[in-house]
Amino acid sequence: MAVFRDVMPAFELFQPTSASDAVTLLAEHGSDAWVMAGGQDSFDWLKDRIKRPKVVVDLSQVSGMSGVRDLDGGVEIGAMTTLTTLVGDPLIRERFPILSEAAGVVASPQIRNQGTIGGNISQDTRCWYYRGGMPCYRAGGNVCYADTPTAINREHAILGADRCVAVSPSDTAPALVALDAKIVIQGPSGERVVDAEDYFIGPGIDITRMHVLKPGELLVAIRIPATWAGTDYYFEKVRDRPVWDFPLVNIAAVKVVNGGTIERIRIVLNGVAAHPWRLAQVENAVTGKPADESTAAMAGEMSIEGAFPLRHNGYKVPLMRNLVKRAIRGVQEA
Amino acid sequence: MSDEHDPQSKYVPTRRDLIKGVIAAGAVSSTGYLFRGSITRAFAAAPGSVERMLTLDVNGQQRRVDVMKQETLAMTLRYKLGLTGTKLGCDRAECGACSVLIDDVPHYSCSVLTHSTRGKKIQTVEGLASPDGTLHPVQQAVVEQQGFQCAFCMSGFLMATVGFLKTNPNPTRQELAHGISGNLCRCQDYDKILTSLMRGAELSREVNNA
Repeated sequence: MAVFRDVMPAFELFQPTSASDAVTLLAEHGSDAWVMAGGQDSFDWLKDRIKRPKVVVDLSQVSGMSGVRDLDGGVEIGAMTTLTTLVGDPLIRERFPILSEAAGVVASPQIRNQGTIGGNISQDTRCWYYRGGMPCYRAGGNVCYADTPTAINREHAILGADRCVAVSPSDTAPALVALDAKIVIQGPSGERVVDAEDYFIGPGIDITRMHVLKPGELLVAIRIPATWAGTDYYFEKVRDRPVWDFPLVNIAAVKVVNGGTIERIRIVLNGVAAHPWRLAQVENAVTGKPADESTAAMAGEMSIEGAFPLRHNGYKVPLMRNLVKRAIRGVQEA
Repeated sequence: MSDEHDPQSKYVPTRRDLIKGVIAAGAVSSTGYLFRGSITRAFAAAPGSVERMLTLDVNGQQRRVDVMKQETLAMTLRYKLGLTGTKLGCDRAECGACSVLIDDVPHYSCSVLTHSTRGKKIQTVEGLASPDGTLHPVQQAVVEQQGFQCAFCMSGFLMATVGFLKTNPNPTRQELAHGISGNLCRCQDYDKILTSLMRGAELSREVNNA
């Protein structure tokens, strides 16, 4: 939908210098306000005139919302920390290399220089019917254009669809869910902290949103506990091009394997559902089992139970199964 | 100002002072009714409100410019400051033709609000060559190797490369390819582009070590 149409329509711009000022502004303008972090998702909406907020609250001048710091053996990451910072940050690389790796495969270098971790996990879906301004369920209408006999739905959901079949496109989100991260949200009534797993929501909970942020609320930080610091991990992103693309499917797994036996593990995929898809039952089933081919095969088959592909995305089912197998037994070096 | 020290002198308004005073008094009396009591409320309720006039640091020059709230840096550079070396290809953060350095880091200028670059150092392709006209080593290498065909994407590639070389001055061909993977060339001349930019990295090292 990239039609070149001169400058965006006018909006009122606010550039608060503190998170509390930003929250005040958001409370004042309510659903008229659009929060902009790096802007790499926002600009598409604004330039295409699909979303026309009256007020944009740009967080670029807020101090104290970016950077990584130690937090009891884990880390706290400011929501405005750029993805490039996460790729290179020594603390993240040492404790949670899976997050560095995930941040490093997002989009292109320029986007990673501008895009933030808060924005990456709060970005909207890439369903082109929705992004093209079609009045679908997610846009407040009463039809899904991606789930019709003639729809082009190669990138859409195979799991957890409920009227809407869009998927979450984030690469860092599954890594954060795997690491059991906590999302720190500031709002008019103070601060609340939710598990990353509960931050992302499917259409069954709210079909118009991908996360639990309500109008007036601001994601300020992400805390990763020490639970999974320095453990084994597996991350893989499958996409059409080796660089500069959204994932078809990606997988993030953290695990502790002792003497060949899986002691504890968390496995999360994205690109298969409207939110990062955690395989809690598979995790339970493989805990205490050897990290070998037969466990991997069992886990792979379990993971795709209930998968319901659309016309063009059937390939995601074996893709998901094989990624789960790789996450459990690892990949043989050639 | 010598009369300041002269106790005998007294202030005699000049004709200019008188005119200024009349204008100022008029401005106060004519705008007062517009705001009534709301003027204090309007200012108090807007933390982070933005003034349109701002000073940008572009290629080492301080440029005073009137910028719309919704204006992107690419628009300001090209259409307000006349720096048309920065190209607009897609206007959607996809092609990289608009790449500029903001505080030495490559960004898509089509996808940055100009107002968010306040106080930052912006460098465009016009700022690469020295004031005496000596080309930047990466530019020199592109000339030597004839790296581009139509070259619409070139200034973006140059800025992405110059930015990347600041973090990795001695890249392998693979690393540089990854570093400039956010830039597209419609002529599909990537191999020659990469060869010329690798030569650019080499020349940059020679210049920096000299």
